[in-house]
Amino acid sequence: MTAKVRSADVAEGEELKAWQYRVTREDLVAYANASGDQNPIHQNEDFAKQVGLPDVISHGMLTMARIGQYVTDWAGDPASVRRLKTRFTQMVVVPKDTGNTVTVTGKVTKKDGNRVTLELAASVGDTNVGAAEAEVELA
Amino acid sequence: MPLNKDFEGREFPPNDPYTVTAESIREFADAIGDPNPAYRGENAIAPPTYQTKLNFLYGPAMLADPDLGLNYAMVVHGDQEYTYVRPIRAGDALVGKPRIAQIFAKGRNEFLVTEASIETTDGEKIGVARSTIVSRGTAPQEG
Repeated sequence: MTAKVRSADVAEGEELKAWQYRVTREDLVAYANASGDQNPIHQNEDFAKQVGLPDVISHGMLTMARIGQYVTDWAGDPASVRRLKTRFTQMVVVPKDTGNTVTVTGKVTKKDGNRVTLELAASVGDTNVGAAEAEVELA
Repeated sequence: MPLNKDFEGREFPPNDPYTVTAESIREFADAIGDPNPAYRGENAIAPPTYQTKLNFLYGPAMLADPDLGLNYAMVVHGDQEYTYVRPIRAGDALVGKPRIAQIFAKGRNEFLVTEASIETTDGEKIGVARSTIVSRGTAPQEG
């Protein structure tokens, strides 16, 4: 599988189409089991509140995984990803009944041959929850 | 209680080799909600953050050492960086070779930076995982 986006078709400053995903308590349980991160702050509301958190919070790494999906969906070939970094700027609170919605946006900030750098942001409403950077090697 | 600065620079033993299966890649992709066909089938490659699974294999020996003084309940994830030489594939037998790169305080919080080289058991380098975790409210308080 080759990259879907060709570097020739990408320009610095280009913005990627925004994307949204939902996160629920069920998603956190599934992620805990698949990743091995069983920290109860991601599953147990009483425990989360006992340690001073507002509610159950999402695994930061789930946010990063979804940012990764945003990048690989854009690039086409997941093997093109050379670097992915995410700074978790705020917690993603996941209330029991409603869950939460996260919006991911991105922009091409640098192009060096076929190596393209993306700056990405995940947010809940107006609050940034993840500041990310990715490097992909396009065809 | 503040973290033990003596742990800065310390290397820890790798995890027992973890053999990646196509099944575990599919499970991980399902759990993150990513339907990409590249993550399904016999010759599946892994999503970029699949490496996180290894964290929980090589991490505990380092983070759960009582002398480090880390209270896991007070921990949140500050940042994570993965660099990749190539994607992880079904059939890879992987080890993470971790070290504590840095421990520092900022305000009331402490920051613990870990770094792990991810390699196959044949010594092929797959990438590097770099992580900052935040220990909330444990910084040494002045005067």
